Formats: sequence, C-alpha cells, structure tokens
Amino acid sequence: MSDLIDDPSEGQNQPEFSVTEISGAIKRVIEGEFGHVRIKGEIGRVSRPRSGHIYLDLKDDKSVINGVIWKGVAARLATQPEEGMEVVATGRVTTFGGQSKYQLVIEDIKPAGMGALMAMLEKRKLLLQSEGLFAAERKQPLPFLPDVIGVVTSPSGAVIRDILHRLRERFPRKVLIWPVAVQGAKCAPEVVRAIEGFNAMTSGGALPRPDLIIVARGGGSIEDLWGFNEESVARAAAQSAIPLISAVGHETDTTLIDFTSDKRAPTPTAAAELAVPVRLDLLAHIDGQGGRMTRAMTNAVQVRDQRLRDLARALPRLETLLDGPRQRLDTWGDRLPAALIRSVQVHRVQLSERSGSLRPSVLRNRLEMDRRRVDIATRLAPGLARAIAAKREALGRRADRLNLAPLRADIARKSVALDGVSRRFSAAGLRQVNDWKSRIEAMDRLRETLGYKATLSRGYAVMRGDGAVVTDTKSAGKAAVLEVEFADGRLTLGATSNPKPTPAKSAKKPAKPDDPSSQGSLF
Amino acid sequence: MPDTPVSEMSFETAMAELETVVGQLERGDVALEDSIKLYERGAELKKRCESKLKDAEEKVAAITLDGSGQATGTTPVDGQ
Repeated sequence: MSDLIDDPSEGQNQPEFSVTEISGAIKRVIEGEFGHVRIKGEIGRVSRPRSGHIYLDLKDDKSVINGVIWKGVAARLATQPEEGMEVVATGRVTTFGGQSKYQLVIEDIKPAGMGALMAMLEKRKLLLQSEGLFAAERKQPLPFLPDVIGVVTSPSGAVIRDILHRLRERFPRKVLIWPVAVQGAKCAPEVVRAIEGFNAMTSGGALPRPDLIIVARGGGSIEDLWGFNEESVARAAAQSAIPLISAVGHETDTTLIDFTSDKRAPTPTAAAELAVPVRLDLLAHIDGQGGRMTRAMTNAVQVRDQRLRDLARALPRLETLLDGPRQRLDTWGDRLPAALIRSVQVHRVQLSERSGSLRPSVLRNRLEMDRRRVDIATRLAPGLARAIAAKREALGRRADRLNLAPLRADIARKSVALDGVSRRFSAAGLRQVNDWKSRIEAMDRLRETLGYKATLSRGYAVMRGDGAVVTDTKSAGKAAVLEVEFADGRLTLGATSNPKPTPAKSAKKPAKPDDPSSQGSLF
Repeated sequence: MPDTPVSEMSFETAMAELETVVGQLERGDVALEDSIKLYERGAELKKRCESKLKDAEEKVAAITLDGSGQATGTTPVDGQ
C-alpha cells in the first residue's frame, strides 16, 4: 500500500515564497482587508519628531498597535492626540516589511465620546486648580473704561463683528485685533503667542498696549473649541498681566481658559458688554451727579437761609434787651444821692475824730521847741569868732617870745673870736712860708754852687751818648749819636752836617735823652 | 483730596470722587464755605468725566504678523 501511495515529505508540494514575496502578500492581504478601519483605544506614548509627523501607540488593556499621523494630516486635526486620551482613530493598516511590522496610518482622530474628553479636561482642571490658577485672589479687576482693547480671535467671522458692534453701541474704543486660528492644531500656540504678545507691548511702544484683552471664539463642537482647553492657553491667560476676558463658544460651553481668565463672558457680545460701560448711561449718571450736586448746594443755601430767618426771628427786640439794664440803672441812680450823703457823713466823722487832738497849746509847745533850737543856732557865730580870737592871742604870745637879739649877740661874739683865731693862724702861716722860702733860697744857692752847670760856664761840657752821660772814649765810640751840653744849650754831633742846637734846659731838670722823633730826623 | 490734578484723572477716579463730593454735599454737614469749594471741585470733576465720555473714538486695527508670528504692525480694519 505504501508503494502505491506516494509518500512525499510534508509540504514538498507547496510553492515556496521568498521573504519579500510573503511580505508583499501579507501587505496586500492586510491593506485589502483593513483599508479603512475605525479603531477605538487609548493613546499611549506620543512622539512628535521635527519632521512634523506624529508617532503614537494606540492600546487597550491587552494589545497595542503603532500609529502614525502624517504631517499634513496632523495640521488638520481638530483634536490633537495626547497620552491617555480615549479616541476613535480612523485610518488604514499598513505593513512595514523591512521590519516585519504593521501600523495604523491615521487619517483622523476623534475623542471617543464626550465622556473621555471631559475626563481628560477634568484631569487638567485638577492639575491647574492644585497650582492655584483658578483662585479668586488671582483674578484682576477689569478696568472701568479701557482705552485700548486687545481682541484675540479670528479676523474674519461673526465674532469680531459682534464684538465691534457691541463696543460701538456702548462706548467706541480703540481695538487691536490679534488674528489667530480659532480651531485646529495651530489654535493653541497662536492664542498663547497673542496673549504673550499683547503683554509684551509697552504703553509707550509703537503699538498701544491694551488695557484689556478679550479672547473670543464663536460656538462650535467640543472638538472645535478644544484649543481653548489646552493647558498652554489656560496658563497664558492666567499669567497675563493685562486683565483678560474669555469668551469662547456659547453660554453652555465652558473651556479651560474660562477658569484661568480674569472674567468669563458667556458670549463674545457679552465680553464687549463686560469690557466697556454704556457711554450714554455714564453721561446720564454724570448729569445726574451734577444735578444732585446743584440741588444739594441750593438746598444747603436754602437750609441756611431758613435757619438764618428762624434765628433772626428768635432774636429779641433791642428794647427788651435794654429793659433790664435800664431798670438797674434807675435803681442804682436812685440809690446814688443817699450813698453820697452817707459817704460824706462817714468822712466827716473821721475828720472830727482826727481834728479833736488838734489844739493851739500843742502847736505852741511845738513852736517853742523849734524856737529854742533856732536860738542855739544864732549863738553859734559869735562863739566861733571868740574862739578864733583866743587862738590868735595864744599864737601871738608864743610868737613874741621868739626874739632875734640873743641870737645876734651870740653871732657877734662868736665872729670876734673867729677873727682873732684866723688872724693868728694867718700870721703863723706867713711866718712859716717865709721861713720855708728863705730856706729854699739858701738851698738853691747851695745847689747852684754844687751843680755841674756852674762849671759849664767855665768851659766844661757834658757829653752824652744815647741819652746817657759818656765818661770815657769807649762808651763814646759805641754811641750812635753824641750830644754836647754847653752853658747856653746843647749840640748834637754825628750824621748831619747841619746840627741843630737844642735850647738849654732848666738847670733844675735832669738831663734827658732826646725823643725818638728828633733823633730820627738826623738820619 | 488726592494729589492728581483733575485734568489727569482717569474717568473712573474722577467719577468716584464726583460721587463722593455729591454725597458730602447732600449730607449737608459741610460748612458753607467748604461746600462752595466742594461744589467747584465737583463741577471740575464733572467736566473731566464729560470730556472723557465725549472722547469716544472708534479705531480698529488688526495686528500684522511676520512669519514667526511676531507682531510687526497694524492694518486698519473696517469694523462695519
């Protein structure tokens, strides 16, 4: 049996595929079968490389499938994929043979029902709330009357028209529109840039810095409004230093920015109403204030006027004011004469009391006393004269006793004695002198006879050399100058041919050498 | 009274002070001379408010943006 039956090895008869062939076959089968599918799942890891494509994982509790959103599609998406988001992705499954992989090429992605989207929004809300970004204290008051209003919205469409229209109705203002995409992927980043851009303006800059920002968008599906649920937008609104009104969608729509803005307006029109007061109302109010002020002023004057009148009426008449004083005057006037009389009486009594002791005898006694004092005074002058006379007499007596005669006699006596003594003294002196004179003459005579001078007249001479007497030839030879004394003078011998005789000196004087000057002249 | 001259007050400040002035005048407890001064001040404030209210000009412009989304200037917008 086994011979009859071919027993080939298993699979021998099947055609063989190359790897590429089988990959291609799989690709055809899969792409044919899953050319358009809708897959519900949770987004896992999302990566956005610089290429602009988005790579993500779609998963449920057991499985995972890789997904890709090409750049062109990503820009159009109303809902941007985020990790944890429950979505329904529409697309086709394709394989990637080079890596034995398959993936979902996503054409569109939508949140998997309201519940999922809202759950995510709740998560963000909780996060921002925990950071305190919703706190009432953070909210800035809106300016009462902003000069410049910045509006962040689509430049075309009903929203900006509504806002401008309502502003014009209420209070025309300067409006700066910052155009942004209000849906799609570009929405959130552009709104963020617009809010930051308005805040970056300076009040003195090229563009007027708004006093108020309105972020507005018309109604739409929750996906359309989703950009305003983005965390970045909510944070930008919270950080805006310029007060910000959010007005996104209709009254029933609430987006994340509404929680972080300073004021939420249910609609864009309502935002314009919050932004500015009604000009006419204000004018009326100011007018009213003016009227009240005028009335109050008038009233104040009237009230005072009335009070003045009342007070004037209450003022008593002048006459009645004077009545009291006048009566007092009368009373006192009446009492005045009596008082005067009484005063005089009192004084009179005092006078009579004092004058009682005033009698002539007292005065007389007093006068007598004074007179006695005057008498004593009159006796003072003669007394003085008498005293002077007595003193003068005593002086005279003393002066009389002072006599010159005895003094003169004494002087005469003493001068006679003096004459005698002086006469005797003179005679004695004369005698003495004569005596000394005769003795001197005798002595001189004797001296003349004994002296060498007498011998000179007899032919002798005295020889001197250098002032000293030369007695021998030896000394005469030594002497430079020789002087010969004759009876009638001296002669100098020596160097000169014309010796000058020196006159003879007195015989009494000893011979002296010549003075050096006369000696010098000889040479 | 605040130091800011009335001519430089914001509408809101001027109006708030005007209301205060009116209130004071209406209470009538201000001396007559002071109330005259208050009245004059109120008149000045009212004038300031009215001038601010008359100064209601509509001017709408859209920001022009460069390629990177930065503001470069404005273009006037017809608000109709």
